Amino acid sequence: MSAVQEVVVTGLGATTPLGGNVASTWEAMLAGRSGVRRIDDEAHEWITRHDLPVKIAAPLAVEPTEVIPRVKARRLDRVEQVALVAAKEAWEHAGLGEPGEQVDPTRLAVVIGTGVGGVITLLDQDDLLETGGLRKVSPLTVPMLMPNGPAAWVGIEYGAQGAVHAPVSACASGAEALAWALRLLRANEVDVVIAGGAEACITGLTVAGFAQARTLSLRNDEPERASRPFDVDRDGFVLGEGSGIMVLERAEFAAARGATVHGRIAGAGITADAYHITGPEPEGRGQSRAITAAIRMAGLDPSDVGHVNCHATSTVAGDVGETRAVRKALGDHPVLTAPKSQLGHMVGAAGAVESIVTLLSIRDGIIPATLNLEKLDPGIELDVVAGEPRKVDLQAAVCDSFGFGGHNAAVAFTKV
Amino acid sequence: MASNEEILTGLAEIVEEVAGIDTADVSTEKSFVDDLDIDSLSMVEIAVQAEDKFGVKIPDDQLAELKTVGDAVDYIAKNQ
Repeated sequence: MSAVQEVVVTGLGATTPLGGNVASTWEAMLAGRSGVRRIDDEAHEWITRHDLPVKIAAPLAVEPTEVIPRVKARRLDRVEQVALVAAKEAWEHAGLGEPGEQVDPTRLAVVIGTGVGGVITLLDQDDLLETGGLRKVSPLTVPMLMPNGPAAWVGIEYGAQGAVHAPVSACASGAEALAWALRLLRANEVDVVIAGGAEACITGLTVAGFAQARTLSLRNDEPERASRPFDVDRDGFVLGEGSGIMVLERAEFAAARGATVHGRIAGAGITADAYHITGPEPEGRGQSRAITAAIRMAGLDPSDVGHVNCHATSTVAGDVGETRAVRKALGDHPVLTAPKSQLGHMVGAAGAVESIVTLLSIRDGIIPATLNLEKLDPGIELDVVAGEPRKVDLQAAVCDSFGFGGHNAAVAFTKV
Repeated sequence: MASNEEILTGLAEIVEEVAGIDTADVSTEKSFVDDLDIDSLSMVEIAVQAEDKFGVKIPDDQLAELKTVGDAVDYIAKNQ
């Protein structure tokens, strides 16, 4: 049995409501900008047609079709497009060259999760079947709607023959993908994994469904103030879209090829609540166990973890429970922030994009502020960064992600 | 009734839209699979669009016989 492998992060890629890449997203976060806006325009005429109560979202800052050539884009659902955009940035950032050049294809894997997969295709093609019959339905319907589509396309793009996986755990999918990638690498099954999450589900049906579950913010008149995790006046999350991808490598492999290392992914915990299909277990026991499992795998003590990048979606129920879980697992000292205040909730991409943010906070020694945190919920007794970003020297930080279904994932990152 | 030349032009436009191949490269002697690198999924899309454009029916067993661009032009000309 070979020894457990140390794993490092060598490439980052993202496309988000704040920017078409990692640098622009990070810059916008530190500048305190919001990616949330009114969307009841021509392109989203379904909001007016169905009189939906929610008229805001956090759509992508840069359309993927501005980056992906037309003929290639028409074979891809939007969720596959965003995954390919973020994966390209991460792959190039990692300096891996042409596919097969630096890593043996059979030692390269992809783990990319999504919450709902190609729902835009599913809805469009169902409309075509209803209005035009069989022959109007695209032969690409199934590969465009399947939730493993983003992972499979990235696998084809970079020739990953080691394995291609697509974890589906709602809003925890992106973080869970990183957790599974870490396990593959620690077990020395592969040398490099392209891992993360992707989502593109701002559609009439999904917005209507989330609205009916009473989970979305109705602050339509002040879009930029709508996503306000931990604030006493929060009223729900704002649906976003995007993708975040990391290139993870066995530390020895990265060192041998002279790769630049941006941080370590040191541990990850995955647990389940087995409690309620949408609501988190109120005491945060399962969430707490995930955080504990992550730091144990990382060989960290609770006191080593200076910062938690929270899942905190801005729902009334979720945010307070998470802080209980953090206290239980780590104590009172970690400094918190909630990136969904700026990015909205990118569902299956959230945990991956927010893991990138966590890693950048360690690398650059700065934690972005939680936007719109004006009056802290009295149930929260921890230190949350608000107003301005805070400069903190961090040795280790944890990124939380939880999903409908009672999925809990926590990923621990450490400084190089 | 479209002439063979008009059919070739129309077909080339469809192939360009679906597969991104320059219309100038879509000539009668070219094989869809071997020369133009068009996969079976794209062939179905091309056939559906050709049916709409030229008012023909291209059943699956016929589609499988259309190896070259010239085969397709001849079939459409005969059946339109």
